[in-house]
Amino acid sequence: MSIISGLNKEFESRVRLGMMSVLMVNEWVDFTEMKNLLQVTDGNLASHSAALEKNQYIEVKKEFVGKKPRTSYKISELGKRAFQEHLNFLEKMMRQ
Amino acid sequence: MTDKISEDLAHIRSMMERSSRFVSLSGLSGIGAGATGVVGAYFAHRIIEKSGSVVNGYYNHQTVFDLVVLALITLIVALFFGSFFTIRKSKKLGLPVWTSTTKKTMIQLSIPLLVGGVFCLALIKYELFGLIAGTTLIFYGLALLNAEKYVFSDIKYLGLLEIILGCIALFWIGKGLLFWTIGFGFLHIIYGVILYRKYK
Repeated sequence: MSIISGLNKEFESRVRLGMMSVLMVNEWVDFTEMKNLLQVTDGNLASHSAALEKNQYIEVKKEFVGKKPRTSYKISELGKRAFQEHLNFLEKMMRQ
Repeated sequence: MTDKISEDLAHIRSMMERSSRFVSLSGLSGIGAGATGVVGAYFAHRIIEKSGSVVNGYYNHQTVFDLVVLALITLIVALFFGSFFTIRKSKKLGLPVWTSTTKKTMIQLSIPLLVGGVFCLALIKYELFGLIAGTTLIFYGLALLNAEKYVFSDIKYLGLLEIILGCIALFWIGKGLLFWTIGFGFLHIIYGVILYRKYK
């Protein structure tokens, strides 16, 4: 990623930025908790997490707890690196 | 542009904190729990005076029973105030109360507390009542230190003070109630006031 194109388009949305921040400091976070933390709707979270998953920035785990399905998210190594680069870029921009 | 970036950075920071630390601890919780402790200590003082025992740290069984009941009531009331104000603050901040961070905090707190509880049961069994005050303060302080990484707001200093106080109390047998009043009462009130003013 060059400096000029340094702002990762994937993280332009507040929801994605928030999801990545939460996942940087927590291992597995489930759908409901993520939704409450970010204060977004089900559909909103689902579409943003699908986009992050498509880029392989996060891992998605679907399982059943009793009869209820539960979806959890975890950041991938690629996602960590991408987010770190994005953070570095933001900081560099601030210093200018 | 700079505005957008600093907003982004602030958002990242706040999401990391909200999701990994228990930020809703209310200063009023500390004040409520501390005040309960002081009132409890006052009643304990009356029970002890009534029993008329002056031998250091040694009371008859009825007195011990009364004190244990009083201690349990004090604990329940203090926990009630403690959680009441913190849940209220969570709701005000629009944060969920029962999250994985809350669970982690509870686990970190409860391990030293349970071990301390068992230790105190042994002390009671062997009638080493004089050591109870110091022991409870020490284990409580260790529990706070243990939960420190999940809780905002300088809880480790409170933990350290409780431990120091507990260690002194171990060598001042017979003054247990005084140390309890300071540790569970006044330290909580002071901590609560500081917290309340800092994060209001």
